[in-house]
Amino acid sequence: MTSHNVLVLLDTPETELRSAAKELLTLARSIGEPIAVALSQPSDKTIDQLKEYGVTRLLLGSVEGDASIYLSPVAAEVLAEAVNMVSARAVLASPTFENKEVVARLAYTVGAGLVVDTVRVGLEGDAFIGYKRVFAGSWDVDCKITTPIAVATVRANAVIPVPAPEPADELTVEAYSVVPSALASSVFMVSRTEHAPIAGGTNRPKLAEAAYVVAGGRGTNGDYGPVEELADALGGAIGATRDAVDEGWIEHDAQIGQTGVTVAPRVYIGAGISGAPHHRGGMQASGVIIGVNNDADAPIFEICDFGVVGELQDVLPQAAAAIREYKASQYEI
Amino acid sequence: MRIVVPVKHVPDIHSDRQFTEEGRVARGAEDGTLNELDENAIETALQLVEAFGADARESHEVIVVTVGPPEADGAIRKAYQLGADRGIRITDDALVGSDVFGTAKAISGALRKIGAQSPIDLVITGMAALDGLGSVIPSLIAAELELPQLTLATKLTVENGVVEITRELDGVTEVLTAAMPAVLSVTDHVNTPRYPNFQLIMAARTKDVTAWSLADIEVSAQEVGHAGARTQVTKAEPRPPRELTQLVTDKGEGGLALAQYLIENDLV
Repeated sequence: MTSHNVLVLLDTPETELRSAAKELLTLARSIGEPIAVALSQPSDKTIDQLKEYGVTRLLLGSVEGDASIYLSPVAAEVLAEAVNMVSARAVLASPTFENKEVVARLAYTVGAGLVVDTVRVGLEGDAFIGYKRVFAGSWDVDCKITTPIAVATVRANAVIPVPAPEPADELTVEAYSVVPSALASSVFMVSRTEHAPIAGGTNRPKLAEAAYVVAGGRGTNGDYGPVEELADALGGAIGATRDAVDEGWIEHDAQIGQTGVTVAPRVYIGAGISGAPHHRGGMQASGVIIGVNNDADAPIFEICDFGVVGELQDVLPQAAAAIREYKASQYEI
Repeated sequence: MRIVVPVKHVPDIHSDRQFTEEGRVARGAEDGTLNELDENAIETALQLVEAFGADARESHEVIVVTVGPPEADGAIRKAYQLGADRGIRITDDALVGSDVFGTAKAISGALRKIGAQSPIDLVITGMAALDGLGSVIPSLIAAELELPQLTLATKLTVENGVVEITRELDGVTEVLTAAMPAVLSVTDHVNTPRYPNFQLIMAARTKDVTAWSLADIEVSAQEVGHAGARTQVTKAEPRPPRELTQLVTDKGEGGLALAQYLIENDLV
């Protein structure tokens, strides 16, 4: 059987690979030969991580001229060149809003089939299948890609990242550049400003990729202390409802929901959250769902695996302390 | 100014959403509705044309376009209630089974036809349809029509033929500009959609919806529907509902119970 070349778009090559990229590389290995693509200079750490995941080739794309590579149509043209260079059969990316735009334009340009927000991509015979979980996690859908090239975004935490059985000895970096089309350059990037991390949590994982998410809603009354304490005990990220964001209690980057960040962590804990459809749409594909609410009739309990009826201000710190204690006892052994 | 807003008729997210045996989203007139996020696009368009003043309102136009069966008129009527001037529905048996590329082709065909009647200044969409949540249609329309794309706007201004948007991505804020005509998408943070007034509600009931076929918009049946689709749903299965295994009432030990649940299930 010939192996298919599978391109993996790296989100943060300039620092290090986060869990989402490692998951994509693991998935790519299961369906073919993973080849990484970076649109910015990779760090030494990234190079080492790629080797650990069995990657022997990194395509380093750049733009000739003034157009910003952060413009989705420009990035798509740079990626399309990578597809052509290695005759890629599949392209995988994480499901950020900007990546969805990039892969849409890429698929348009190279005539590929597109499936966004898959939980996994597989091969059945010679066809790629995008497996999706839709309607707020209530249906499973298989999408067969009928074109020779498949393009997909894959949700975080759906695949367990596993380094290659044998790490790569060498990684070849192949730099290339593209002159963007007049159409792609027809938008001008006036400014691009990176946000400060959510609620001072520089050491916390990124919300979209975190294995643990503790989210707080109206019931926090604006005090995210207990939410942060439990998130930190678990090594997780903190999230919020649209209500809380609109109240100005927390940054927009923390908003979970159909129009915010979609999360599918191993464990989601919703505290002081009623469970409105818009929020549910952004978290219902989580592995285990736990609710903490002082109202036993809160709709969130309808979609929970485990629930506590009580005040989050009491329950979360107590849970955090017990988890810290448990973790400490594990390390002693 | 002439603005076209592509809209979608979707199952209400509060309803029990289903797939048909053919692997398509079940769409009925009863629980179908205008995609909620499209209201932000309509509101954006209305505010832009209203900025010219009430006296000039008639020389500006907000047109809504949808792709779907006749039931999709429900979405157009809702747009009429909000104040849209004209509605067009693209209906053709050959559109059944369209993927995102087929849908974008059909919308783009309609936009070309509208533009041939009189030039379009802006195409404005919502940030996503709440059924598919793909968020790729604006990018595909921009590619198809070879127009600049300014997507996911949380703020926008139009001045001297140039559109400037601010967009909030995960962890980064971008400010982008492009000359009109352009394709925009707006998020649900860009504005608060208005409520329909009584007069418009009454007028919307009888207002005409123009129906176009693929032939009308000069799009080949081979490019859309099953024939043009690059993906195909081969299986659609409902998942078993979650079971609440334990609901603990906190009497001073609720937090310990939560921690215990995680530890016992090997989740820490």
